[in-house]
Amino acid sequence: MSNPDYQHYYVPAQSPWPIVGAVALFFIASGAGLTVMQLNSEQGNGHWLLFIGMAILFYMLFGWFRNVISESQQGLYSKQMDQSFRQGMSWFIFSEVMFFFAFFGALFYARVFAVPWLGGDSNNVMTQEVLWPSFEAVWPLITTPSGETTQAMGWQGLPLINTIILLVSSVTIHFAHHGMEQDKRGQVKVFLGLTIALGIAFLALQVEEYVHAYNDLGLTLQSGIYGNTFFMLTGFHGMHVTLGTIMLIVMWLRVFKGHFSGEKHFAFQATAWYWHFVDVVWLCLFVFVYVL
Amino acid sequence: MSSIVNPHDHGHDDHHGAPSGFKRWLFTTNHKDIGSLYLIFALAMFIIGGAMAMVIRAELFQPGLQLVDPHFFNQMTTVHGLIMVFGAVMPAFTGLANWMIPMMIGAPDMALPRMNNWSFWILPFAFAMLLFSLFMEGGGPAFGWTFYAPLSTTYSNDNTALFVFAVHIMGISSIMGAINVVVTIVNLRAPGMTWMKLPLFVWTWLITAFLLIAVMPVLAGAVTMVLTDKYFGTSFFDAAGGGDPVMFQHIFWFFGHPEVYIMILPAFGVISTIVPTFSHKKLFGYASMVYATASIALLSFVVWAHHMFTTGMPLAGELFFMYATMLISVPTGVKVFNWVATMWRGAISFEVPMLFSIAFIVLFTLGGFSGLMLAITPADFQYHDTYFVVAHFHYVLVTGAVFSIMAAAYYWLPKWTGHMFNETLAKWHFWLSLISVNVLFFPMHFVGLAGMPRRIPDYALQFADFNAIISIGGFAFGLSQLLFVYVVYRCVKGGDAAPAKVWDGAEGLEWEVPSPAPYHTFSTPPEIK
Repeated sequence: MSNPDYQHYYVPAQSPWPIVGAVALFFIASGAGLTVMQLNSEQGNGHWLLFIGMAILFYMLFGWFRNVISESQQGLYSKQMDQSFRQGMSWFIFSEVMFFFAFFGALFYARVFAVPWLGGDSNNVMTQEVLWPSFEAVWPLITTPSGETTQAMGWQGLPLINTIILLVSSVTIHFAHHGMEQDKRGQVKVFLGLTIALGIAFLALQVEEYVHAYNDLGLTLQSGIYGNTFFMLTGFHGMHVTLGTIMLIVMWLRVFKGHFSGEKHFAFQATAWYWHFVDVVWLCLFVFVYVL
Repeated sequence: MSSIVNPHDHGHDDHHGAPSGFKRWLFTTNHKDIGSLYLIFALAMFIIGGAMAMVIRAELFQPGLQLVDPHFFNQMTTVHGLIMVFGAVMPAFTGLANWMIPMMIGAPDMALPRMNNWSFWILPFAFAMLLFSLFMEGGGPAFGWTFYAPLSTTYSNDNTALFVFAVHIMGISSIMGAINVVVTIVNLRAPGMTWMKLPLFVWTWLITAFLLIAVMPVLAGAVTMVLTDKYFGTSFFDAAGGGDPVMFQHIFWFFGHPEVYIMILPAFGVISTIVPTFSHKKLFGYASMVYATASIALLSFVVWAHHMFTTGMPLAGELFFMYATMLISVPTGVKVFNWVATMWRGAISFEVPMLFSIAFIVLFTLGGFSGLMLAITPADFQYHDTYFVVAHFHYVLVTGAVFSIMAAAYYWLPKWTGHMFNETLAKWHFWLSLISVNVLFFPMHFVGLAGMPRRIPDYALQFADFNAIISIGGFAFGLSQLLFVYVVYRCVKGGDAAPAKVWDGAEGLEWEVPSPAPYHTFSTPPEIK
């Protein structure tokens, strides 16, 4: 009945990490909720819950990944297991794509429908007449219907430099991956280090861009739908770059510890996929948020 | 097979049996344990959400305001919806998936067993948050389970952030659960279990899991925008800043419509499993069932705005969404036809799972027809936001999804517990449920067509008689479910020993292992011929 060539699929014994992770998410979610609710009040303890939750989550990730790494080092994982990890990561990235899709959807809806309709387009002449007769429907929406004004962020300068940085980092991580596949660990260390540096540079410039937006342009999160979509899209992207950079740093440290081999380097591969994903999201951002 | 439940008997040479004590459930990586956890959790939520429905029906028993204040009534309708959708129906199907998919495809467990446990344990915390907000100053969410802006932004209470983050972690749970299901099915099928040999329950869950991964993140986006609109001064859903409240509905229903199929596709899988067993025939049109399921899933992405016909969409939009929606009745019709054709000239036996399945086919189809009526744009202007809509989605969700879950529970309980359930009591449960559910929901069609609006604690006098009848049906249906809890409890505790193949017409790998199913099954994959 059974197949003699079959290598056992590793089903782990009991593990404390999932329940620790669930507790962590509980603290994070309720802490974040309370923090937001207490934004305008002097006292509040929500942020402490949030910090505790983050600490537990960090502890959980550390312990869980340590378990997985040691199981992998002991050779408990079959080829089939590796496939499970790969497919799991791909679907996770797909879910992330759909998360960004929601915000891109909001951007497109605002640009194609909401703003022109407020300006009287289609059959909405009376909408404009009754609500805000002097409103002008343009994109970027620098004057909102209620009269808030801001300035638009151009695509030259920092955004263009950042685009180039991310594109180059996509190439460097590709070379790092090539090095990994050929077991050239020196090449991996150099190119992975370069990728990390580029990621950090991107984040630093992003911060500078935000400072510029807030201080010089008066472009804030509250600046109507243009500011909303600008900061939510670039902000969530920035959070993903931060996470990606942390993942890259962990991979770098693991390379120095002698982990991975030419055939077995799922974690590295997953990080590389993730990095390409944030890169592609940025390209869409650059085109639809900055240029067009 | 032993009829005594002793988990320590099932240890394999290279595997541990079920650990004992509380830690077994907290730390488990076993798909059967996690499946049981999901199912018990779903049942608990079904009772809590049901209790809220009882509050609603008690208030609506008579016109006028008598028992609860309107704000609390709004919280009840909102949280009833959220709990039933995210706490009862979805976890119940995930529980069935956990229990049955690995056994059906000959896999040793789910592909990522630890993540599986994480997915489950997030849920009790998420719903604790949601329920806790009901007792806070200002109360819980009161804007309907669809949390339309500006009800959830400008006009919501300060505790909305808790709702937002509770939904966030529910979403994380669902996405991880769905990823696990997809990876298990794609990667862990036993040799020879080719795609077109896959049991239909597995097929429908594969497609459901795809829908979950695709749309739960969109829900996360929607609640995030609600959060920033309410607390951080953005204006996604505020025309004064260039946004649009209708945009909320577009984003929400882009999630929401696939979501309703997330709650019904696994039900189709269950019915497609049970009907052939008790008809003692092969399922009619297996391949067309697979393609119909996939078509329904794909179409579900392009019909969302049929929930918004009265928002003033351009005519082209109204027409597109009307025709696209009506198109869904084609693959759905294929399914209903196939179930009926399976029963046609079969040697049908009427055990409890089959009774629920037949009720499902008739009553779900009825819900489908009222859905078709709602899909017709000009007619929808009349029905929109009335009790007709409430009748429609309760027919598809209660007599549809919930009945299929009941059918599945009765079908596989002997496999899970090793005991037969009390058939007499189970039949009582079925007949009481069947009659009361129709007393409960059928008259809603009439009051809806007559114009009674949904989500309102009071109503005009002419609706009084029907509402009294509806409430009586509601209480009866609610009480009948306590009988279900009792039957399940009795079955877990004891009963006649169940054989490996509980139902003589049943097919599939799950019937080749003893009852109760050993703690670990198929540690080495079986060969499928």
